[in-house]
Amino acid sequence: MTIDAATLPTAAAGPTLWGRMMKGQTGPVCVMLIGLFVLWYVGAVFLNMPGQIDRYARAKQDWTASQLIEATLAQDRPVLPAPHQVAVEMYKTIFATKITSKRSLVYHTWVTLSSTLLGFGMGTLLGIVLAVGIVHVQTLEKSLMPWVISSQTIPILAIAPMIIVVLGAIGLKGLIPKAMISTYLCFFPVTIGMVKGLRSPDHIQLDLMRTYNASRWQTFVALRWPSAMPFLFASLKVAIAISLVGAIVGELPTGAQSGLGARLLAGSYYGQTVQIWAALLTAAFVAAMLVVIVGLMEKRVLERMGVRA
Amino acid sequence: MTLKAVVNNVAPMTASKDVVVDIQKMSLTFQTADGPVYALSEVDLTISRGEFVSFIGPSGCGKTTLLRVIADLERATGGDILVNGVPAQQAREQRAYGYVFQAPALLPWRTIESNVTLPLEIMEISREERIKRGHDALKLVELNGFEKKFPWQLSGGMQQRASIARALSFDADLLLMDEPFGALDEIVRDHLNEQLLKLWARTNKTVAFVTHSIPEAVFLSSKIVVMSPRPGRIIDIIETDFARDRTLDVRETPEFLEVAHRVREGLRAGHSYDD
Ligand SMILES: Nc1ncnc2c1ncn2[C@@H]1O[C@H](COP(=O)(O)OP(=O)(O)O)[C@@H](O)[C@H]1O
Ligand SMILES: [Mg+2]
Repeated sequence: MTIDAATLPTAAAGPTLWGRMMKGQTGPVCVMLIGLFVLWYVGAVFLNMPGQIDRYARAKQDWTASQLIEATLAQDRPVLPAPHQVAVEMYKTIFATKITSKRSLVYHTWVTLSSTLLGFGMGTLLGIVLAVGIVHVQTLEKSLMPWVISSQTIPILAIAPMIIVVLGAIGLKGLIPKAMISTYLCFFPVTIGMVKGLRSPDHIQLDLMRTYNASRWQTFVALRWPSAMPFLFASLKVAIAISLVGAIVGELPTGAQSGLGARLLAGSYYGQTVQIWAALLTAAFVAAMLVVIVGLMEKRVLERMGVRA
Repeated sequence: MTLKAVVNNVAPMTASKDVVVDIQKMSLTFQTADGPVYALSEVDLTISRGEFVSFIGPSGCGKTTLLRVIADLERATGGDILVNGVPAQQAREQRAYGYVFQAPALLPWRTIESNVTLPLEIMEISREERIKRGHDALKLVELNGFEKKFPWQLSGGMQQRASIARALSFDADLLLMDEPFGALDEIVRDHLNEQLLKLWARTNKTVAFVTHSIPEAVFLSSKIVVMSPRPGRIIDIIETDFARDRTLDVRETPEFLEVAHRVREGLRAGHSYDD
């Protein structure tokens, strides 16, 4: 409905221009974004309105509709901050603060990102090792696979504090425990994807290797591993995103002082909704960037493997 | 040490040096969920060095299975199979044969050249040697100039030629081909048949070739093995003596038609078309 309102004037300008715009990716994406912002502003006005009316009442102040709307979009601690408030907060904490400062969102992002990447690296490695084992050793498939799957049925929110506490007890603090939570989350899609990928070669291709009397290792290098590449990258895109989630979740139970999770937590303690949203959007942006980077790596690898464009 | 040397070292152990494939009373039964499938029953066959043997018969008569048993991709449930005088498994481990599948089975992420040299890579042959042999093999199938192309850039016929080059690259004396041209159109197929025949005449390899086309079988072979289904068995073996350097024109001659007729009769006698 809001999308319709936003698109109507453009549509009137001429079907050809409209058609051309909507053909590519930019057109639809822009329409989506505009729609989202409109929705967001409308939501902010409505959600902040009761509080604002209360405030006017307490101050025994008269107000007009336009004054009310303006005020709902400029509150200190709104229920839902308006996009521009979040944008200002992000500008202040990302660009206008020294990145070494504890108030800098860049600093907090880096803290979270470093454990995201470490956890992602370890998780990917673990996932691949498990998949290779499962594909090559029959007893491992039966004994390991149920554990792999049931590991993901335990809510991460329940297991994260335990990991932090247990590792804390043996003297591991800070980066490593958080990374472990990321690892715990992100090995799973890698294992599942790689088991499928390493098993993806045709019968005929496996027979071919057999006619050469190729060893298992040779078959792995020449056939299974390259066949698994598209599966690996599909898994990595999921893994990197949930690795970030893992790192943020890992910051919550300890009451960590730094990291995007710490910002979220601090924001909710003090009702700093603008700060929460700034951290939230930054996390979303970082996640999107990470997925894009994995996507670019995928493109390069597959191009070098001669996959037709 | 080249593979040829390995094979030759083994050959003298057998009674006849010239028998490449020796199958006696071989049977194969697949155990499936719906009960046993008698794919091959009491098959006796010898293939001598330098022969071009075609296997013809309706689909399901066990042609592929027979070839796969020779290649040790399938284990017989009864009887004996010797390849180069040794059990099929040992022959496979010595890389005694090149196998051409029904589909090209090229690895899509490898160039034509590195597809063709894949067996050499597995055999841990040096890089220069690989390139040289890959080049020679591609020349044999007239694909030189396509080294750096990827499989998808080639037509179906060219891809199948590349897969033949791959089977030739390590210079095994025995070539096993399972309907290699089955998926190609008639004109391409004729051309490849002629090329294959030239290759055979020039290299003196032993070829076992599965087909379900009578003209193809008669044109290519020095020996035609006619098979029939349920259970898969050999019902006729026909020797031909066309000149080694024959061309497609031979298909118009009375001798050719006579052999083709006998093959057709054999297929009919096997009740292969009664359902
Ligand atoms: N792996 C297998 N398991 C069970 N049955 C099989 C298998 N491979 C082939 N068969 C059966 O064996 C028979 C012979 O098959 P095949 O050798 O492929 O015949 P052809 O190549 O002459 O068409 C068929 O009935 C087929 O269904
Ligand atoms: Mg077949």
